Amino acid sequence: MPANKSFTSRRYVINTIFVVIALVFIIRIFFLQIIEVSNKSSADNNVFRYITEFPARGLVYDRNGKPLLFNEVTYDLMVIPHQMGKNFDTLGFCKLIDTDIVTFRKKIKTATTYSNFLPTIYDEKIPKEQYGMLQERLSEYPGFYIQARTIRNYPQPYCAQILGYIGEITPDMLEDDEYYKPGDYIGISGLEKSYEKELRGKKGARIIMVDVHNRDMGSYMKGKFDVEAKAGQDLYTYLDIELQEYAEKLLANKRGSVVAIDPNTGGILAIASSPAYDPNLLVGRDRTKNYFELLSDKNLPLFNRALSGRYPPGSTFKPIVGLIGLQEGVLNTTITYPCYGGFPLGNGKMIKCHSHPSPLALLGAIQTSCNAYFCKVLKTTIENNHYPNTEAGFDAWRDYVLSFGLGNPLGVDLPSESGGNIPTSNYYNKSFGKGHWRALSVISIAIGQGEIQLTPLQLANVAAIIANRGYFFTPHIVKAIGSLDNLNKKYLIKKYTKVNPEFFNYIIQGMYGVVEGGTAHNIKMNNIQVCGKTGTVQNAGKNHSVFIAFAPKDNPQIAIAAVVENSGFGATWAAPIASLMIEKYLTHKVERLDMEKDIMDSKLINNY
Amino acid sequence: MRQPKNIFSNLDWPLVGMYVFFILVGWINIYAAAYNEEHKNVFDFSQEYGKQFMWIAISIVLILLVLILDAKFFSTFAYYIYIIAIAVLIVTLFIGSDVNGSRSWIYFSDSVRFQPLELAKFATNLVLAKFLGDIGVRMQDISTRLKAFVFIAIPAVLILFQNETGSMLVFASFIFVMYREGLSGNILILGFALIVLFIFTLLIDKLIVVGFITLAAIVFFFLINRSRKNILLYLFIYFLTIGFVFSVNGIYENVLQTHQKKRIDVFLGKVTDIKDKGYNVNQSKIAIGSGGLFGKGFLNGTQTKYKFVPEQYSDFIFCTIGEEWGFVGSGIVVVMYVLLLLRILFVAERQRSSFSRIYGYGLASIIFFHVMINIGMTIGLAPVVGIPLPFVSYGGSSMLSFTVLLFVFIKQDANRMQVL
Repeated sequence: MPANKSFTSRRYVINTIFVVIALVFIIRIFFLQIIEVSNKSSADNNVFRYITEFPARGLVYDRNGKPLLFNEVTYDLMVIPHQMGKNFDTLGFCKLIDTDIVTFRKKIKTATTYSNFLPTIYDEKIPKEQYGMLQERLSEYPGFYIQARTIRNYPQPYCAQILGYIGEITPDMLEDDEYYKPGDYIGISGLEKSYEKELRGKKGARIIMVDVHNRDMGSYMKGKFDVEAKAGQDLYTYLDIELQEYAEKLLANKRGSVVAIDPNTGGILAIASSPAYDPNLLVGRDRTKNYFELLSDKNLPLFNRALSGRYPPGSTFKPIVGLIGLQEGVLNTTITYPCYGGFPLGNGKMIKCHSHPSPLALLGAIQTSCNAYFCKVLKTTIENNHYPNTEAGFDAWRDYVLSFGLGNPLGVDLPSESGGNIPTSNYYNKSFGKGHWRALSVISIAIGQGEIQLTPLQLANVAAIIANRGYFFTPHIVKAIGSLDNLNKKYLIKKYTKVNPEFFNYIIQGMYGVVEGGTAHNIKMNNIQVCGKTGTVQNAGKNHSVFIAFAPKDNPQIAIAAVVENSGFGATWAAPIASLMIEKYLTHKVERLDMEKDIMDSKLINNY
Repeated sequence: MRQPKNIFSNLDWPLVGMYVFFILVGWINIYAAAYNEEHKNVFDFSQEYGKQFMWIAISIVLILLVLILDAKFFSTFAYYIYIIAIAVLIVTLFIGSDVNGSRSWIYFSDSVRFQPLELAKFATNLVLAKFLGDIGVRMQDISTRLKAFVFIAIPAVLILFQNETGSMLVFASFIFVMYREGLSGNILILGFALIVLFIFTLLIDKLIVVGFITLAAIVFFFLINRSRKNILLYLFIYFLTIGFVFSVNGIYENVLQTHQKKRIDVFLGKVTDIKDKGYNVNQSKIAIGSGGLFGKGFLNGTQTKYKFVPEQYSDFIFCTIGEEWGFVGSGIVVVMYVLLLLRILFVAERQRSSFSRIYGYGLASIIFFHVMINIGMTIGLAPVVGIPLPFVSYGGSSMLSFTVLLFVFIKQDANRMQVL
C-alpha cells in the first residue's frame, strides 16, 4: 500500500495543468499558422529579394554609323546607414577601403543626413581591382553593398548639348511616371530627355533567395517568375560627327551657334552652341563640381543657344519680307525703290542704310541688303488697300511669317526649344493704342530688328525653306529608332509656306548674288554655288554677326545658319563659318585653310 | 522472486514507442535545419545531423546498460550519484570553458564537450525520489521540506553560478513532485501568483497593481473570510504582497542581468525592435506562422534553410517542425508530448515503491518544464531561455541525459513486480 494515499487525487491536478498548457500552446500555434496570414508574407520578404534588372540604355549613332556614346558599367559602393548597426567594425572597414576614420565618419554623417534608410552612394566608380576584393569581404560589413551602374561614356568630346545627360530621378518626376523608382536614372536634357522612353528600354525583375546573411542562394523556381529586361532602342541620327566637331571648333572661344540642316529631309547635320563642353565632364566622379562650374560660367555653356537663344534676324529676314511682298502682289522683280542713305520715318529720323547703287530692284536689293527697299516693301504690304486697315494688313503679313515656322517652336526633337518672337497686332495695339499705329511705327521689323526674334534653328530652317523653294520638314536629329528602317514618323510631313514656290527663284537669284558679288563676296568658292544672306544685328552691345545660306544652288544638300554674338558684320564672322561648314560637308575637305585658321584662332570670348 | 526472462520483458512499450517517435522527429528536423547542400548524407559526421545520429547510437548503448543494471542500482546509489554530480558541477565552475558568458561546458576536445548540469537534473531527481520515498519521511514536516529544498537548491545555485539561468529554472519544476507528495497546494498557487504579480508590475503602474491587491483583499476579507480569523496573519500577507510589488523593480533592475532583462522586455512586448533584441522570437514566429496548415514540406522551409532563426537545430528546432510540417505537424508534436507526460504519470501511479513514483513525477516535471519553456519561447509565450526540447533538440548532453532519465524510469517500471 502506498503510504500517502490521501494525496493520490493530486495526480489529476497535475494532469490537468499539463493538458491545459498544451491546449494553450495548440491554440496559440493555430493562431500563428492558420489565422495570421502575415507570417507567410514575412517569411517571403525575408527570403525573396526582387532584383531589378536594368536594361542597357540605347546608344546614339551619327549618320555614318559612328557611335556618339557608349555604355560603361561602373561599380558604386552604397551604404544604408541604419543597417550598419552598433557593432560595425569601423577600423576594419577603413582598412579595407583604405581611408581614415575622420573621412569615413564624415561621409556616413552626410549619408545619414540624406536618409538613414535609403541607400546613398558612399564611393563611386570603384576601380576594377578593388571591386573583386570588396565584393568578397563586404558581407562582413552590414549596410554596405556594391551596385553596378551603367554610365555614359563619350568617344568624342562633342555634341554635349545635343546628347544631354542622365541623372538620378527627382521626386517630382517620380510622381509623373510609375515606371520609375527612387534612385533610377532618367534623361535630364538633350536627346536623353526627348527620347527617354525609347532609350530606357524596359526594366526586368529577378527573384532570388537570400539567407540570413543576405547571401545569394540562387534564383527562385529556376527563374520561372523572372522578367527579362528589354534593352533600350538605339537612335540613328542625321548628325555628322565630323561636321559637328568642325562647327564646335569654328565656334571655339566665341559665343554663338551654327545649325546645318539637310533640306531634303529636315535632318539636322550639325547643331552647335558655343561655348560647348566635353560631355564626359558630366559623368564620373567630378560631375557635380563640373556641373556647378559650367552652371556658373557667365558664357552659359549649358544653355543651348541653337534652340533656346533668341536673336533678331537682322537682314537675314529680308528674303521673307521680299517673298511676302511678291505673294501679295505689291512687288515684282522690276519695281525699283530709291535709297537715299536710308528710309525716312517722317519725323526727321530714318532707318539708315549703307552706300550702294540706287535705285535698285529686288535682286540688287537683296544683294546689297538695302534697308530702304525692304522698309518700302513692308509698308506697301501691310498698308495694302485691299485690307481695311493697317492692323488687318499686318495680321495677314504675320500669317505668312508664321508659315515659315517662325513665332512658335518648330517641334525639333530636343527639349527646351524656344519659339522666337513674331509680334502680334495686339502687342502693337497695346503699345500704340488701337488704330494709332501704321507701317512706319513698326518698320524696323522689315529689316529683322525690333521685336522680331528667331532661334538659330529657325534661321537655318528658313534657309532650308528657300533652298526647297517653299517647303520644309520639321528639323530633327533622329532619323530612325531601333533600326535604320524604322523611320522617325513624326518628321515625314512636308510643310508648305503660304508663299507660292515660283517666287522663291527670284529670292534665290538674289541670295546667289550676295555671295557672287554682294555683301558676302568674301566667301565665294569656285566649285560650289552658295546662296546666302548676311545679317548684322544691332543690339545693346556690339552687333551680332548672322548668316544664312544653302548650297549648292541647284539641288541643295545643306542649309545653314550661323550666329556669332557681339562680333561685327555678318560677312566677317558668320558668313565664313557657314561657308567653311558648307565646304566641309559637300567636299569633305577644306581648301581655304587661311580662312579656317583665322576663324578658329579668333578669341572673342574675352570681349564680352 | 520471479526473474525476468530477458531485459526487454515488461518494458512499457508505449513509452518506448514515444521515445523512438521523438528521436526520429528530432533527427529529421535537425537534418532540415542544418541541411548542407554539400553534405547531404544524413550520417555525415561533419554535420549536426550526423553527430546527432552518433548521439542516438550512444543512447542505445546507454539504454542497454540501464536495462542490464539491477533495478535497485539507482536507488541504492542515489546519494553517491548526487554527490558526484554536485562535485562535477563545482569542478565545472573552475575548469569549464566560457561559452557566450556561461561556464557550463567541459571540453574534452574541440568537438567533444559535456554539460554537467544535464547530469545534475538526473541526479537531483534520483536523490529527491530516494529521500522523499524513504519510509517515515513526511512532506508535512518542516524538516522534510527544508531538506528537500536544500537538495534542489544546491545544484540550482551552482548552475546559476555557471550563468545558466534557464537550466536553473528547470529545478523549480520539482515543485510538482513535492505537491504530489503532500506539499500544500497553496505553495503552487503562491508561486503562480508571484509570477503573475511580477509580470503585471513590470507591465502596468505599481499603484494600479496595489489598488487591485487592496480591492481583492477587501473583497476577500469581508465577503469570503466571514469569520474574520487571523487578522494579523492576513495583514501580514497583505503588506508582504505590497512589499513584493515595490521590490519588483529593484529585483528587475539589480538582480537580473541585461540580457535577461532584454528577454523579459521582449516577451512582455515592451521592446518591439525586431532587428535586435526581439529578432529570434520574431523570426521564429514568422517561421512557424508561415508553415500554414500542412507546412512547406521537408527541406522546403525557407526560414529554416536560409538560417533566419539562429541555433535552429538546437533550441529553436520547433520552428523547423512548424515551418515544414505546418499546424498538423506541430500539433502532433505537442499532443505527443502531452501523451508522453500523461503516460509517465500513469505509469508512476502504478508503481509500488515510492521511489519509482516520485522519480516518475520528477521525470514528468522536468520534461514538462523543458517543453513548456522551449515551445513557449518559439511561439512567443515564454521569454527566450536557452533550454533544449527533450529528445528532439540537437545536442549530446541533453540527448543522453533525457534518455537515461526516461529509461531508468522504464527500468523501474519493468521491475515494479519485484518490489515488495
